[in-house]
Amino acid sequence: MQKLIAWIDDRFPLTALWESQWGKYVAPKNFNFWYYFGSLAAFVLVLQIVTGIFLTMNYKPDAQKAFESVEYIMRDVEWGWLIRYMHSTGASMFFIVVYLHMFRGLIYGSYRKPRELTWIFGCLIYLSLMAEAFFGYLLPWGQMSYWGAQVIVNLFSSIPVIGEDLGVWIRGDYTISDITLNRFFAFHVVALPLVLLGLVAAHLMALHETGSNNPDGVEIKQQPKDPATGLPLDGIYSHPYYTVKDLVGVIAFLAVFSAIMFFVPEMGGYFLEYNNFIPADPLKTPEHIAPVWYFTPYYAMLRAVPSYLGSQVWGVIIMGLAVVIFFVLPWLDRGPVRSIRYRGTLYKAWIAVFVVSFLVLGYLGVVPVTIWGQFAESVPVVGGVDRATVVARIFTALYFAFFLLMPWYTRIDKTKPEPTRVTM
Amino acid sequence: MKPTTYARLSRGLIALAAAAALFAAVEATASGGADLRFEPAPVHRLDDASLQRGARTFVNYCLNCHSAKYMRYNRLQDIGLTEEQIRDNLILGDAKIGDTMSIAMRPVDAKGWFGAPPPDLSVESRVRGKDWLYNYLIGFYRDEASATGWNNLVFPNVGMPHVLWSLSGTSKLASTEYENHEAALAAAIGTKGLALVEPLLGGKYVVRTVAPDVPGTMSPVEYRAMAADLVNFLDYMGEPARNKRITLGIVVMLFLGLLFFFAYWLKREYWKDVH
Amino acid sequence: MATDIAVDKGKRRFLIGATGVVGGVGAVATAVPFVMSFWPSERAKAAGAPIEVDIGKLEPGQKIDVEWRGKVCWIVSRTPAMLASLPKLTDRLADPTCKENQQPPYAKNEHRSIKAPVWIAVGICTHLGCSPTYRKDVAPADLGADWLGGFFCPCHQSKFDLAGRVYKSMPAPLNLVVPPHKYLSDTRVMIGDDKA
Repeated sequence: MQKLIAWIDDRFPLTALWESQWGKYVAPKNFNFWYYFGSLAAFVLVLQIVTGIFLTMNYKPDAQKAFESVEYIMRDVEWGWLIRYMHSTGASMFFIVVYLHMFRGLIYGSYRKPRELTWIFGCLIYLSLMAEAFFGYLLPWGQMSYWGAQVIVNLFSSIPVIGEDLGVWIRGDYTISDITLNRFFAFHVVALPLVLLGLVAAHLMALHETGSNNPDGVEIKQQPKDPATGLPLDGIYSHPYYTVKDLVGVIAFLAVFSAIMFFVPEMGGYFLEYNNFIPADPLKTPEHIAPVWYFTPYYAMLRAVPSYLGSQVWGVIIMGLAVVIFFVLPWLDRGPVRSIRYRGTLYKAWIAVFVVSFLVLGYLGVVPVTIWGQFAESVPVVGGVDRATVVARIFTALYFAFFLLMPWYTRIDKTKPEPTRVTM
Repeated sequence: MKPTTYARLSRGLIALAAAAALFAAVEATASGGADLRFEPAPVHRLDDASLQRGARTFVNYCLNCHSAKYMRYNRLQDIGLTEEQIRDNLILGDAKIGDTMSIAMRPVDAKGWFGAPPPDLSVESRVRGKDWLYNYLIGFYRDEASATGWNNLVFPNVGMPHVLWSLSGTSKLASTEYENHEAALAAAIGTKGLALVEPLLGGKYVVRTVAPDVPGTMSPVEYRAMAADLVNFLDYMGEPARNKRITLGIVVMLFLGLLFFFAYWLKREYWKDVH
Repeated sequence: MATDIAVDKGKRRFLIGATGVVGGVGAVATAVPFVMSFWPSERAKAAGAPIEVDIGKLEPGQKIDVEWRGKVCWIVSRTPAMLASLPKLTDRLADPTCKENQQPPYAKNEHRSIKAPVWIAVGICTHLGCSPTYRKDVAPADLGADWLGGFFCPCHQSKFDLAGRVYKSMPAPLNLVVPPHKYLSDTRVMIGDDKA
């Protein structure tokens, strides 16, 4: 075996790659719970690709046959139901894992110098993932698939001047049709997976160039080396330590994943929406169109912004800014320390506000705007307006305030001194 | 902005956030408007006898108008039937055992006769849920004003007539008025059955239920049992792999427990080096 | 680093082994559904199901075509004269006694069928898959005076007799396939299933 590896190494950097990317990649030894989600995200990506390939063997991207082909997979293809549920559960789990992964980056300052590019590649992955999920959701060709796509593409049509043509260009037709379905299929199965793989590679390369952050925000590369091992004092090799630790993480993830997939794959209609078991009907708009749960915070923002100057595009712009603002986070944070562990109460309060805003907006995006009725006409300012809309507007403002006020509150926040050694 | 002003602004915004969240929580619990309360559907996915009775009801009463085009006849072996039993009792036309439960009615004809084609029922249970379907079947009442002579408390102005009326007998709509929403809701919950709470003009509320009128060939208990069996079958048809999925799930969870045990022990052993 | 505690290599090897074995079982078990999903689906099995054919109105000498599993199958009503021609061709055939496995056991006889007057076969040439034409006419101009009736494949001129046995020196190497079949009654035959 050693001779075989030596033969390969003379011709291909196998050992060099293994050691630089994982085997001898030096990582801080104090990774905690929040550090599982990077490897889990990669795991879910592989899961989605493999299950996706098998689904593509039996799925038909044709408006007449798509819905039926999904039921064909569920009933007639051996084990098709399992492969389908893996893919649908995997899609939602992907977002749960990614949101937790992003949250880790947020609280430990992983986006800060010198890791800005890792963060930016990550934001690009997030955008690509949302696009991938959006294109994929049209494929079952249910009522939610169809009308969700119709609503979102119509957002682009709301852009002044070019909007109408842009909408037709995206759809390839005057309304969401078989033509749209076919091209979304191409995006979902080929184009975006390739983009995602490329971005993940870039994300990891950037990370390995700077080295990983850790919950204390300590730069282990700046530490003195342990004379016995030659490694930074708080550094360990990823193999075998993070191999065995991430293995435990994967198994724990599989337990959660399997519990959902085998016992509650629909997750009360959030992972598999009930109305999507009705075949798409262009002539019948469902009473209540909502995007899948992972988009709902942004959807709530979109709905909260009223139309100005005869256009709905402002809501689209706010929604877009809400995602894009993540990109500039490294430059908004002016605090002297990286990790939340050494930040003051002001920063912690704002993190709390951000999380609460995200969750409340997520909830509001799921329910109809009329759910809490309206304020009485006599109430000043908000008279006659849907109560849920007012709440959504408040939390949208708070969401943006978290980012836009960050240069100030991070600067005046009373922080603790950042240590030179990690705490396990 | 001065630091203290800024800090005050922050605190103010955070307080506003807390108030809005509290408001949201309070609003989430209150409700108004129309309220449909269901009788829970007594269906059991493991009861093969019930599923078989439901299959028989479905084939005899529903399959004339409603197809189940994603369901193959030979799949009914899942619920304890042999191919021969299926062929002899459940295939009423000349379909083959491997065929799907399709019907001869063309959608264009159906639209003309019923206003809208009767939907395919293969996955109806996944759209509506067991409780909705059960209450729909027990929710029909006579309504001279409607096109079919029937209406339904769960699905107002439905285009489907009460196909099973000779079995269930006819019912009429019973309405009781209450002064406010709380009283109406309490009364509706008190019926322990299908009840609709609706607001009336003028601030009052009405509770509507379906009351038996002229008896049919089955007693109410018998009819409800038949409806439960039918709903059980529809629920099975929506996802034939369900029982297998759940059983396999238990096996997988036990396996992962075992694997976790070894993997965690392995991790602890290696991490002794680090601690 | 706790370098003062000796590393228990044996324990580590055991744990790697145990985790590896259990994990390996899981990996294989996970692969099973994916591999199994390649087998024919219920739709394919239904489409490939045995077919029933009514042969009550079959005229002597007539051939009817039916489709089973996407392949054309023939049902030929052979006249006594046709049947009489079969033994005469033994010397001219590549496999007159059906040594090759091209037919079920009950068709491994002189007439390659259950009942001599009714012959059932898969109408696909064993050379490259064309469907031979039915040439029951005796001694036609194009096939020569020796032709006693049979099947002639237009693609590469392979010749078969009225029991589907291939002539010597033909591009086709084997006799025509006789599919599994059984009689449901005197006038109904099922192709694709021969279970009692």
